[in-house]
Amino acid sequence: MEAADRELMCSGHVGCPGCGATIAMRFFLKALGEKAVMVLPACCWSVIAGPFPQSSIKIPVIHAAFETGGATATGVRAALDMRGDTETTVVTWAGDGGTFDIGFQALSGAVERNEDFIYVCYDNEAYMNTGIQRSSSTPYGAWTTTTTGSDWKKLRKKNIVEALVAHRIPYAATANIAFPEDLMRKVKKAKAVKGSRFIHVFASCPTGWRIPSEMSVKIARMAVQTNIFPLYEVEDGVRYTINYKPREYLVREYFKLQGRFRHLSDADLDAIQEMVDEDWHLLLRKAGERA
Amino acid sequence: MKRVVEGSQAVAEAVRLAKVQVISAYPITPQTHIVEILADYVSQGRMKARFLRVESEHSCMAALIGAQSMGVRTFTATSSQGLALMHELLHWASGARLPIVMAEVNRALAPGWNIWSDQSDSLSQRDTGWMQFYCEDSQEVLDTTLFAYRLAETVYLPAMVVLDAFFLSHTYEPVDIPSQEDVDRFLPPYEPAFQLDTKHPYALSPLVTPNAYMEMRHEMSAAMEDVLGLYDGLEEEMFRAFGRRYGMVEAIECRDARVVFVTSGTVTSTARIFLKKLRERGEKVGVLKVKLFRPFPTEEVRRALAGVPKVVVVDRNCSFGLGGIFAQEIRAALCNVPGERRVYGYIAGLGGRDITEELLEEIYGEVTEGKGPERENIWKGLQEVSHGGR
Repeated sequence: MEAADRELMCSGHVGCPGCGATIAMRFFLKALGEKAVMVLPACCWSVIAGPFPQSSIKIPVIHAAFETGGATATGVRAALDMRGDTETTVVTWAGDGGTFDIGFQALSGAVERNEDFIYVCYDNEAYMNTGIQRSSSTPYGAWTTTTTGSDWKKLRKKNIVEALVAHRIPYAATANIAFPEDLMRKVKKAKAVKGSRFIHVFASCPTGWRIPSEMSVKIARMAVQTNIFPLYEVEDGVRYTINYKPREYLVREYFKLQGRFRHLSDADLDAIQEMVDEDWHLLLRKAGERA
Repeated sequence: MKRVVEGSQAVAEAVRLAKVQVISAYPITPQTHIVEILADYVSQGRMKARFLRVESEHSCMAALIGAQSMGVRTFTATSSQGLALMHELLHWASGARLPIVMAEVNRALAPGWNIWSDQSDSLSQRDTGWMQFYCEDSQEVLDTTLFAYRLAETVYLPAMVVLDAFFLSHTYEPVDIPSQEDVDRFLPPYEPAFQLDTKHPYALSPLVTPNAYMEMRHEMSAAMEDVLGLYDGLEEEMFRAFGRRYGMVEAIECRDARVVFVTSGTVTSTARIFLKKLRERGEKVGVLKVKLFRPFPTEEVRRALAGVPKVVVVDRNCSFGLGGIFAQEIRAALCNVPGERRVYGYIAGLGGRDITEELLEEIYGEVTEGKGPERENIWKGLQEVSHGGR
């Protein structure tokens, strides 16, 4: 079946209107196909998938403890191998909290062992399921319910892809819900690779970012167009390919649209622009390219 | 065939004979020998299994949950801090009704660092929905590991086979290792009632609302109760296969006893020798070995202790603020049973301190002298210490 026709996610899920994580799942499953088992540690999707006895995902799912995405998948893979099933793809689908923070040890352990699975982090930049608390993926400048008032986050977002690349995994990539063709191409590419594969999907959250639900895709797209969230791939921990070279917007325009950044001054936005530029130039250097 | 093996090897031989397909472990003293032997068996091809060298005990149990959900037989071994770190996942395993079996080498919890025998680690996991068996010797460890698989896969609850650190795990003794044919007869290949399958996709362990959660928990509770009904029948099958059975409890000369010592683990062996000597002197003393701790064999305990005026429970553990944990369970079992009796909880042997015949005899002296001790919970074998601070 062609990816365009295949629907492995049901309507009637319980995601918020405009939820980037649901868009991410839909395109991911279209590209992945039904011969897969999904490990779903605690995240928004633990709820979106629906309560017992329903499931909005048409592949087998193991809901798992928050910090066990890498470890549970390790066991699923081992059991499939013992049953002689090498065709079924094992996938872990986790949020940024379950990936950057509480699940980082299990993820690092799994990819160090080069477990044969795809780990997808859909990143909405805070603990959204519990009500917008700060994670190590929350970007510099953001308000969350645990970084309020003048205590807005003044630390940079953890660069999770580079942390994974440092493990020299066979395939790591970023993707974005506003670039579905690119996302699905990367999923298909990842599916064909053996060993540990990591896809970091930028997934906007209208509720947590204080944006109108109809702006969800536009703002996600702007994250790429501002270089805040570049689209790139890294093979075997060394071969970098940048998929998109934008310069359509300044970060200021991205920030001005979101309630979570409303408190930032012009000087703060200038400082953030400098950080984004610095990160972009670092990425260009790694890819052996010029600005 | 009888071989002189270490307690750890008795576990490993049982796991090999059970044809476990996925083993996962993280090293912790004194569990290491068990998993080292198994890693060797897997690499030599003596076992057709995957050995997962995970980065923590937490990940170890998570990996087994993943594997067992896919319909294969799994195993791990751990101890002390490792079991404590696994705590959250113990609930995940039992709640998902996965018959995972683990060997738990009883070791004290820190601080201070202590690698020696103590039951506080496993007893802290009392309410996780895992069956718990406390073993006395290496033969029982081997047999119980095989029995645990049979029982777990019948009721769909995980099981913990508990053995004392060093006293059992690192002690060599003759063990009869059954043939593969005999084991296969007793323990058929694992055929799960449910497993994840791409042809029939469904979700395991999803969000459950108040509409269904309580029923699921009741099913777990009912499965635990089923164990008590199934136990003797399955042990009878084990007896036919290997010629050995143990019982949920073992009542030794309790019938006419005026004092019964309730024991678990290796202390039972010491108590057997002590009992023999005292009986030769004409003392009416008995020993009740409690092997099955979860589910708790209330009826068997009541039957064994019926009419016994003084019960001494020896606990190598402590629930701070109440006392020994076995003592509390025995008191609870005897509650609502007519008749006069005293139950003394004696805490001894924490952190690997030896529980000797002499110590048991001292306790016997205390409880038989006059009316017996005033206190119901007594720490035995303490040295003089001077307190700093207050």
